[in-house]
Amino acid sequence: MYNFDVVRPSRIADAVKELSDSTESQPLGGGQTLIPTLKQRLASPEKLVSVAGIDEMQGVCKGDDGSVCIGGATTHATVAAEAGNYPALAATASHIGDPAVRNRGTIGGSLANNDPSACYPAAALASGATIKTNTREIAADDYFQGMFTTALDEGEIITEVRFPVPEKANYQKFVQPASRFALVGVFVAKYADGVRVAITGASNDGVFRWTEAEAALSSNFSADAIDGLSLSGDDMISDLHGTGDYRAHLCGVMTKRAVAAAV
Amino acid sequence: MPKDGGIGASSKRREDIRFLTGEGNYTDDINLRGQAYVHFLRSDIAHGTIKSIDTAAAAGMPGVVRVFTGTDFEGVGTIPCGWQVTDRHGEVMQEPAHPILAQGKVRHVGEPVAAVVADSPEQARDAAEAIVLDIDELPAVVDMKDALKDGATKVHDDLNNNLCYDWGFVEENKDAVTKAFEDAAHVTSLELVNNRLVANPMEPRVAVGDYARGTDESTLYTTSQNPHVIRLLMGAFVLGIPEHKLRVVAPDVGGGFGTKIFHYQEEAFCTFAAKACNRPVKWTSSRSEAFISDAHGRDHVTKIELALDADNNFTALRTETHANMGAYLSTFAPSVPTWLHGTLMAGNYKTPLIYVNVKAVFTNTVPVDAYRGAGRPEATFQLERVVDKAARELGVDPIALRRQNFITEFPYATPVAVEYDTGDYHGTMDKLEEMGDFSGFAARRAESEKNGKLRGLGVNCYIEACGIAPSNLVGQLGARAGLYESATVRVNATGGLVVMTGSHSHGQGHETSFAQVVAEMIGIDENMIEIVHGDTANTPMGMGTYGSRSIAVGGSAMVRATEKIINKAKKIASHLLEASEADIELKDGAFSVAGTDKSVAWGDVTLAAYVPHNYPLEDIEPGLEETAFYDPSNFTYPSGAYACEVEVDPDTGKVTIERFAAADDFGNIINPMIVTGQVHGGIAQGIGQALLENCAYDDNGQLLSASYMDYAMPRADDLPMFSVDHSSQTPCTHNPLGVKGCGEAGAIGSPPAVVNAVVDALQSAGKDVTHVDMPLSPDRVWAAMNG
Ligand SMILES: Cc1cc2nc3c(=O)[nH]c(=O)nc-3n(C[C@H](O)[C@H](O)[C@H](O)COP(=O)(O)OP(=O)(O)OC[C@H]3O[C@@H](n4cnc5c(N)ncnc54)[C@H](O)[C@@H]3O)c2cc1C
Repeated sequence: MYNFDVVRPSRIADAVKELSDSTESQPLGGGQTLIPTLKQRLASPEKLVSVAGIDEMQGVCKGDDGSVCIGGATTHATVAAEAGNYPALAATASHIGDPAVRNRGTIGGSLANNDPSACYPAAALASGATIKTNTREIAADDYFQGMFTTALDEGEIITEVRFPVPEKANYQKFVQPASRFALVGVFVAKYADGVRVAITGASNDGVFRWTEAEAALSSNFSADAIDGLSLSGDDMISDLHGTGDYRAHLCGVMTKRAVAAAV
Repeated sequence: MPKDGGIGASSKRREDIRFLTGEGNYTDDINLRGQAYVHFLRSDIAHGTIKSIDTAAAAGMPGVVRVFTGTDFEGVGTIPCGWQVTDRHGEVMQEPAHPILAQGKVRHVGEPVAAVVADSPEQARDAAEAIVLDIDELPAVVDMKDALKDGATKVHDDLNNNLCYDWGFVEENKDAVTKAFEDAAHVTSLELVNNRLVANPMEPRVAVGDYARGTDESTLYTTSQNPHVIRLLMGAFVLGIPEHKLRVVAPDVGGGFGTKIFHYQEEAFCTFAAKACNRPVKWTSSRSEAFISDAHGRDHVTKIELALDADNNFTALRTETHANMGAYLSTFAPSVPTWLHGTLMAGNYKTPLIYVNVKAVFTNTVPVDAYRGAGRPEATFQLERVVDKAARELGVDPIALRRQNFITEFPYATPVAVEYDTGDYHGTMDKLEEMGDFSGFAARRAESEKNGKLRGLGVNCYIEACGIAPSNLVGQLGARAGLYESATVRVNATGGLVVMTGSHSHGQGHETSFAQVVAEMIGIDENMIEIVHGDTANTPMGMGTYGSRSIAVGGSAMVRATEKIINKAKKIASHLLEASEADIELKDGAFSVAGTDKSVAWGDVTLAAYVPHNYPLEDIEPGLEETAFYDPSNFTYPSGAYACEVEVDPDTGKVTIERFAAADDFGNIINPMIVTGQVHGGIAQGIGQALLENCAYDDNGQLLSASYMDYAMPRADDLPMFSVDHSSQTPCTHNPLGVKGCGEAGAIGSPPAVVNAVVDALQSAGKDVTHVDMPLSPDRVWAAMNG
């Protein structure tokens, strides 16, 4: 690690101010991604602005429209325990990392980082969630812009994430054996106006929607509906743990399983 | 009735109290006054010529004590290799120099190029980043077969080529083996990879060097499995420090698995730099450094062929292996694919003719050396895979084929130069069939199939050779060390004992089980015995712990020393009891005169030894302290039979282990609980190798699996409950305890069971799959199924 300062504001406005003071500052959520990066000396911010102490960014609540609203600094463990109104989301959070990671890692940190193998991006995209920041509201469809890339501007903070609650949903995560991130993770959510399928872990472009599967499932929400559909492995991640073709195959398998398991 | 002490009791591990309450004393816990810290600048290029190293800026950074590069070590020795193999043409192996810091060239990612000693670890690291390194990149040699092609880039310019040696064993049998293959009714052949592994002990390596100017004495604290070996190698061959001026301490060590046997550059550096800087110098490896600097394990590519006659008797076996040495020869690297591998190729079978060829190859990768099992897992894996394949080709039951070819008469001289003293291979297989509930397998398979899963059962046998010996023989085979073990037993005046053993415990529980042996011999409570190890200043010259040798060799030395103690104590007792020495009996901690009720307690005798008022001073010296060195006459040969049941998800290729049974014959058992724990750990590592662990390099010599994000260690939920039995016991005939050793068995016996089971599962679904290379990760199994 290089030396840096840490500030721990208690209000969003103060955090924003701290971040705008200097371009070498960066928000700190649970630190589960950022701290290892610093330890490896792969980043050298001068100042970390911890959002953990901001009460307005904590916890799970129910929006007026019935949606589940999660404060941007809410830990995975809290979501797992308290997002019971959206069981598939709570279940997703409960399978991120290990207890230590879940007790510190936050939804805001996960979505800001947008790791191509992370779980929350699939949940947010499949749910058509809204990412609220200190300046605006961003639809999930506009938010994810490729591996580790998002619509966030420099110094912008995710303050809340709003998930419309689907009729049925499920997340199927096929774990990469070492990291236990998603080798392929498929989140299927069935809403009154159609089905959304978001896939993480597979694509070189990060999380994406499988629109053919969405169309098929919107007219027939059963695992058989996607028989015959397939994705190409050409643009998929190919590494030690699986080729692009293998990942493309898993997308189909995990989608079917998610549909079958959706509640 | 389970015993509550002594040999055969499941005494709780006394060392666990300090380990589990944070009271252990590991090398990183050692901090010396005025200590400085070293950070190694390591090559991130696999192969290249060093054009320049500019350390000027680094030397001026805050807190920097001194910056070292290869030129500081000119005139200093290089890291020695402890074993010289002679090849099939009678030539000795090619042995490149292994510098402490790179000289002229870098040869693997992770090789230390420069070192910064500074007041704090952060300052050392900051300064290391300021070193300007100019390296001309050369093509990396990664694939072993490519490395041996004519015109291949050479890892070492001063060697003839990348072939370390071309070993044939037994060379005289070669033609007879060829002939047997010509005459065979059936030949089964198989090409396979024994995957490279990273040992990953929980505690990374640490070294603290210290130098006392007043006495000209150097001390090295290090995470080692064998401090005396390090003292000898480093003192004599690297730094030129005589042993009486060098102390090596390996305190509590958090796991070794082989990778802490070897003498490493960092140890020599810290010892050297402590003197050069006149300050203690400490190095603590990060996990990232461990991946690219701890010696790796395995990495064999093998073709094996088995010849059978018309009655399915094995008539000959032939193997050709390429063994990766990495960029330099680690301490025992040359012995692993040869004497620890070729000598095991008979396995449990009476195959009359065997020929083993091993080509050891230099590549631009981290050096490879012994890892739990060391050569024996590689032998077992290929043999048990080819036997299984033969059974499938011939349409016979794999267990029946094995049983038909078992060795049944002992002692048995194999065609690969070793003589098994005892064993009962049908006995362990009978036990396994019972534990594995094989008759219930069909029903379990049907149940799995109902759930859309394939189920497979894999069985294999193994034979291990522990406590490699005797020293004069291993010397002929090229070892540059003896392989005896030592113990000093010091009895205190009030009757307590301290046993100073040359073995080293780094997870094995010696402090408990060694004490049980002495307690049993004297008939006193285990708590009266303390086991001391790990410090050259207070233990006799010993060879340390590896190769499952400690109880068989170190335990035997301790028994011999204790016997000397008892003999002397009997003399003292005979004096005190005024009886003839021949009539003195020792039982339950008291000496008595046979046939009388006259007796004297252990404590009275020990007190007399140190307060020799009423004592036969004219016949014997006062005091009660004895040392013994034990050099075994043969290896010991544990054996066993393992069974694994897997489920394969045909949609994803994911393998789950549903059942695992291990029936071992370790001879006599000192502490059944510790033995069970050793087997559990070994199986976990074997399953790790079989399913998860994949140390992979890309074509540029970059390590792809350089962290836990990509290198999959086995975790508890990857493993089923193990069913373990060691009630089959054919005691070793040539050591005093009749023990054989159990540390590596689990890691040796388990990988073939897993792979055999997966192949069985896939074939049950009609897939034409005869082999899948480890690790059997989901993508590989799926690819094999969808060929
Ligand atoms: C062992 C391990 C296993 C893991 N397994 C999984 C897994 O299975 N699935 C999975 O999805 N993830 C996994 N993770 C990642 C984990 O979920 C992280 O917590 C997450 O990726 C980052 O969240 P964080 O709160 O820790 O963010 P930090 O590490 O603090 O920050 C990450 C990035 O987000 C920025 N940031 C943080 N908070 C905000 C905010 N509110 N607004 C804007 N920017 C912000 C930071 O500046 C930084 O760039 C794992 C991590 C570890 C260490």
